[in-house]
Amino acid sequence: MAADALTGGHDQTGSRHRLIAKPGTWLVWGGVVLFFICLAGVIFSVAVDSFATRWFGSWWPQGLTTHWYSDAWSSFNLSQLMTVTGEVALVVVVVSVLIGVPASYVLARRQFPGKKLVMLLFLLPVLIPPITYGIPLATLLYKVHLAGRLSGVILANLVPSVPFVVLTMTPFIEQVDPKIEAAARMCGARTTSVFTRVLAPLLVPGVLAAGILVLVRTVGMFDLTFLTAGPSSQTLVVALYYSVFSAGIRAQQSIDSMAVIYTASMMVLLIIALRFVNPTQLVTRMKEEVAG
Amino acid sequence: MTTAPSVTVLPGRGKASLRHRLAERGIDRSLALLAPGVLFMLLLFLYPFLYGLQLSFSPQHGGGALANYRTFFSDPYLRGSIGITLWLGIPAALFNVVVSVPIAYKMRGRFRGKRLLTTLLVVPITLGTVLTAEGLLEFLGQAGWLNKILVDLHLVSQPVRLVHNYWGVFFSLVITGFPFAFLLISSYLSGIDPSLERAAATLGAGWWHRFRHITLPLLSPGLAMTFCLSFVLAFSVFPSAQLVGDPSGATHVISIAAYHAAFEQYDYSMGSAISMIMAAIMLVIIGVVLFWRSRMYRGSTGGKG
Repeated sequence: MAADALTGGHDQTGSRHRLIAKPGTWLVWGGVVLFFICLAGVIFSVAVDSFATRWFGSWWPQGLTTHWYSDAWSSFNLSQLMTVTGEVALVVVVVSVLIGVPASYVLARRQFPGKKLVMLLFLLPVLIPPITYGIPLATLLYKVHLAGRLSGVILANLVPSVPFVVLTMTPFIEQVDPKIEAAARMCGARTTSVFTRVLAPLLVPGVLAAGILVLVRTVGMFDLTFLTAGPSSQTLVVALYYSVFSAGIRAQQSIDSMAVIYTASMMVLLIIALRFVNPTQLVTRMKEEVAG
Repeated sequence: MTTAPSVTVLPGRGKASLRHRLAERGIDRSLALLAPGVLFMLLLFLYPFLYGLQLSFSPQHGGGALANYRTFFSDPYLRGSIGITLWLGIPAALFNVVVSVPIAYKMRGRFRGKRLLTTLLVVPITLGTVLTAEGLLEFLGQAGWLNKILVDLHLVSQPVRLVHNYWGVFFSLVITGFPFAFLLISSYLSGIDPSLERAAATLGAGWWHRFRHITLPLLSPGLAMTFCLSFVLAFSVFPSAQLVGDPSGATHVISIAAYHAAFEQYDYSMGSAISMIMAAIMLVIIGVVLFWRSRMYRGSTGGKG
């Protein structure tokens, strides 16, 4: 309503404003279009190449084929990679929700000495790039012989996921009216039943949103998985990186077809996520936490 | 009659008091819910970090506690990685923030296709480093579409070199970082009450004055935060610097140096030392930006956010 009035107000302020604003508007939209053209160029280069028989220096490949996809499936052992990626992501989601949601309940509802310190502990992993704490963490995990296995990869991926759940769930729980819990207690509900029968149903949308975002982040997480994974515990991203970095062993098209498979699966995940979460709102909620 | 209750209460108070007084200060059994989370973070975040700090002071090849740091700062190749990282990270983060502002500003309010546009802007997040890197190598490469267009339009006489150098990494940082910065800034902008600007418009302020004296000051704390988070993203450019950059030369960023020391030379002590230097630089820059932010207007922006 207010926004409509604002744009209406723009038009009514007369031709002087529109004349000044117009080149700026064109410049802005031109920039957006240019960004999308480059983005499309990047994506289509890879997508077309993954279907190409041969493509050297011409506008369009000599012929199209789909055999790179079946090749990639067998030569990269894709089914095993997918299984590992799925296992890691699911365990990380479940554990980080189980650890994070109770913690965010306390942080949302209670005041206690040292609360700021606890908040800082949950904030630091968001503010420090993963590769920075990932190297000491991986060193430690190698020392206790957990790195190189699935459990090491899961533990490392939990480090940014638990704070992420806490930081997204705390504002969500804050907006649930505490009077509802008080009413339940007045009617004689014990703590367990307050949690399972009153709070849990109210928290389902928030938990779902946080869980899906953790899933997307974990599937896409490169740094920590790269530092801790062994040959049998690689996820899709890490396997892709190795195949590009040791280029020459595999055909370019084979790598590209795998990158397309990865991106397609990420997009499916993200489209599901966007059905539950509004990105701009989520960022606001998370940002307030970071700012506070 | 009036003194009787106090007499009965007093002895009881001595017994129940500790639990009661703790509960009054907010310490009771419900804090146990926090324990797994805090324990986990202490064990897997803080402890490895301190372990790394301690490890960095006990070098593998001897030479005293500060030997690793001395090696890092005396070797121009290693020392130079700090400059390379900052020279990539700061311009990329600034570019992403500065370009996002006018676009987010134009996209306020409701219009048709906004949801589609927002979704399109989120797409780069799904690309992942490898597809972005591959795409940039193919699209911007010597035989890529962009160079073909530029040559056919006679804008350049021979293909421009855009990958395997600074620019390749810069483009990859923009592609991955811009959507993120844009989403943050547009959510900050939606928190600023539009009626403030309309009030200025009725007083005769042009669009530039409205932006300069109303929106920008209210937005600048958000800009500072967005810059910090974009910089964190750009600071750890490890995969794209390896794939689209020139990892042993122009884009030998500090994360490559740390990885190389720890997992290729197996000098975990040196690797930890470089990570600690990385964390220190990171925190100094965030500290400076947040200090600058704390000196700005911090009150309500009058909007829903």
